[in-house]
Amino acid sequence: MAICVPAISAALICLGAAIAFGQETKPPTGPPTIVQPGAPGQAGKTLTPATARARPHTLADADVSFMQGMIMHHSQAVEMVALLKTRGASKDLQALGDRITISQSDEIRFMKKWLEDRGKPTTMGQDMSHMDMKGMDMKGMNMKMDMPLMPGMLSPAQMDALAKAKGAAFDHLFLTGMIQHHTGALTMVQELFETPGAGQDAVLFDFATDIDNTQRAEIKIMQGMLEKK
Amino acid sequence: MIRQRTSKSSRSAAISFALSLIFPVLCAAQTPAAPAVPANPPTVFSNPRSGPDDPRIGLKPGLYDAGEAAFGLQKVATLPKPAGFAPGEAPLTPPAPVPPPTGDAAAAGRGGRGGRGGTPAPNYGGVNSDLAFNGNHLFVGNYNGINFYDIDNPQKINLRTSVICPGGQGDVSVYGHLLFMSAEAMNGRVDCGTQGIPLPPGYTPPPPPPAPPADPAAATAGAAPAAGRRGGRAPAPPSPDRFRGVRIFDISDIAHPKQVAAVQSCRGSHTHTLVLDPKDKDNVYIYISGTGGVRQAEELAGCSGGDPKKDPETALFRIDIIKVPLAHPELAKIVNSPRIFTDVQTGDIDGLMKAGDQGPGTQRSSATNQCHDITAFSSIGLAAGACSGNGILLDISDVANPKRIDAVSDPNYSYWHSANFSNDGSKVLFTDEWGGGGQPRCRATDPMHWGADAIFSLVNGKLTLQSYYKMPAPQTDSENCVAHNGSLVPIPGRDILVQAWYQGGVSMVDFTDAKHPYEIAYFDRGPIDVEHRATGGMWSVYWYNGYIYGSEIVRGVDVFKLVPSKYVTQAEIDASNQVHYDELNVQNQPKVVWPSNFIVARAYIDQLTRSGAVTPQRIAALKAAIAKVETARPSKKDMDGLQTIGVGLDKDAVTAKTSADADRMHALAEIIRKNTVDKQ
Repeated sequence: MAICVPAISAALICLGAAIAFGQETKPPTGPPTIVQPGAPGQAGKTLTPATARARPHTLADADVSFMQGMIMHHSQAVEMVALLKTRGASKDLQALGDRITISQSDEIRFMKKWLEDRGKPTTMGQDMSHMDMKGMDMKGMNMKMDMPLMPGMLSPAQMDALAKAKGAAFDHLFLTGMIQHHTGALTMVQELFETPGAGQDAVLFDFATDIDNTQRAEIKIMQGMLEKK
Repeated sequence: MIRQRTSKSSRSAAISFALSLIFPVLCAAQTPAAPAVPANPPTVFSNPRSGPDDPRIGLKPGLYDAGEAAFGLQKVATLPKPAGFAPGEAPLTPPAPVPPPTGDAAAAGRGGRGGRGGTPAPNYGGVNSDLAFNGNHLFVGNYNGINFYDIDNPQKINLRTSVICPGGQGDVSVYGHLLFMSAEAMNGRVDCGTQGIPLPPGYTPPPPPPAPPADPAAATAGAAPAAGRRGGRAPAPPSPDRFRGVRIFDISDIAHPKQVAAVQSCRGSHTHTLVLDPKDKDNVYIYISGTGGVRQAEELAGCSGGDPKKDPETALFRIDIIKVPLAHPELAKIVNSPRIFTDVQTGDIDGLMKAGDQGPGTQRSSATNQCHDITAFSSIGLAAGACSGNGILLDISDVANPKRIDAVSDPNYSYWHSANFSNDGSKVLFTDEWGGGGQPRCRATDPMHWGADAIFSLVNGKLTLQSYYKMPAPQTDSENCVAHNGSLVPIPGRDILVQAWYQGGVSMVDFTDAKHPYEIAYFDRGPIDVEHRATGGMWSVYWYNGYIYGSEIVRGVDVFKLVPSKYVTQAEIDASNQVHYDELNVQNQPKVVWPSNFIVARAYIDQLTRSGAVTPQRIAALKAAIAKVETARPSKKDMDGLQTIGVGLDKDAVTAKTSADADRMHALAEIIRKNTVDKQ
């Protein structure tokens, strides 16, 4: 015998109904139906297992170049933290640097896997025409041109200045540089989602959203550090 | 205990992993995992990592044939995802032809060292997400739609209906004949089409704006960055077909659900929470938590995502609330967008967590401009919001106008993700989704108090941190793992959560003592794939009417039942099975009330035996007295005898060493009173 009491949450909580629960007769059911509902007020469609099969997902060029570009972008952050290890002064900043290295190194591996799994190169290089970067040396970060590759990336001149600085001066350059760097990542995410047809891959969507969330937070941390100085 | 140990092939992996625990330095070079973390030790208890003999270490990888380890839980059914959602139906984009090698560029083009010659990874199909329950139906959300299962016989569940309707994450809630679903992604369509949002015919992008110089200062709290924009790409044209928000389906005909409303919102719906107003039977409410980017006003009027200083109407720093008239769900609409992060003193809408630095060696906490998930506990008129950089407490006595009454932050928390109340409302367990769920954050190198649960006491509307809990078995670098969704298991006298940890599996934690949570049951599988990184594992694991259901992102639906162990007795399991829900949406947390019968009493008796709060002699006398009263015609003497013991328990509760034991003694005495005094 079930005893039902209306809980305040208004969901009925029935006590002692476990026995009755197991004895309910099962309604007659046929094979599962596959339905694709229409817009509100519109008729839906009934599909078969064959017609319900997911179509091959077409990646947008921007999806691939986002991941390739972000690998390059993240790599520079790791490079900057490597400089911080020997040249920085602030302990707080060293701790922040370690955290940046954990997350960006993990993410670099994640992005490389994502690209490899889709048969895409992990670096840009073949088709750069849409980015107007022809003739650039794509090996590593030692760019020969005094122009950032991906949004926010430090130019060779900026990286040189960082590599020569030490102590408090380094810390200041690191903070302003990393804020510039992270801000670029936000731009890249925004551009991805604003690009027609891009950002529709679920894994990519989640990943890019998480980059936006966490880098935004790091920017706030670094702005706080700059203000303290 | 049920253990399916791994095959021989995984033994070497197990050994090498065990070795890596002993000789971390030796293995550091091989494992590109996290570097040593200068994490400050937590100021409160954090459960220890399990030892090298944990059977979850070294499980054989595999999609459907992975090694499994279980304790205190028995898997009774698994159903892979159906057509339209299943792995392997359509390959990922086939490998592009690789240009002929030309020196360094070729090596880089194949991903440098370790490139495997372009073996395409399996496609794991649509991502399974959150769960909802109604009667004998289970609803499993998916990035590609929803699947309905008949669970009349939980050991033999059947697929009833598949709804194809992409939009991610596909979080689901159910209320009677209405089913709600979250959509946030860029490919969601009002008409549930699977084609995404193609460009309009004849579309040519407008000329790109000139690239302004980099301006670091533009990265204000939550504001859309304007810095560093490159020329060459034009924004996507707004589309009336795109859907981001909450869909409402009528499921009166369970085999033919119809979409009755599609309520659009500026950031879409990452999760949502069904909230009921005890004073209003004609409407239900949906709190929308949106975490994605803000849409252009050209696509959805009124949307902007600017810095709150310059854009007071920004869609950041708020939640949206939908009111759903039950008689006319098609008229559902957003009725309020409360600014729950407002600084009450200054009136700034971005009042929480303006600066994120919480000290050296601590986590980076996401700036709070959104909630990720909200759990309403109407029985105490409160909701707990897990809001990126903060855990917050909302007074929801006026459902459409929630008011923030407390907010906490934590130096070890990266991303406040979800929340559960204890059944008595004295504790809140929050989760930290460090790494967003796609990253392996349960490795032996990852701190136990990062990516963990944080257990807070809740006293007079104030949250206070008591401890951390993390699934203790170290996972591999191939397994995405972090704290995720769980529900209470209604064993009376204890606070127990069964919880999903992605590829870390299922972990059941006892947090009755908020200062010392510990694991009491688990289930785990080996990695889905070690060659290709797969994002998979348990998304949500919830208890419903005697069984525990898990949505495995890749592998489908799992059903478990509790089995007795050294931590849980059969009497406690029997008592939990006295609870029956007609409907369950975990984020609309129900208040559990147990019946006053001797089945429940025996759970308390086992707990008092375990803790030693009552002497073995008294326990024996109590059991004998109950047995006499349970006979068909108990004598008055038998009734009086049990009643006397009950009165004694009630009196002695004050001397119990822990408040949990005192509560159990009072509860036991109350059951005895109702079954003796009240029946005479």
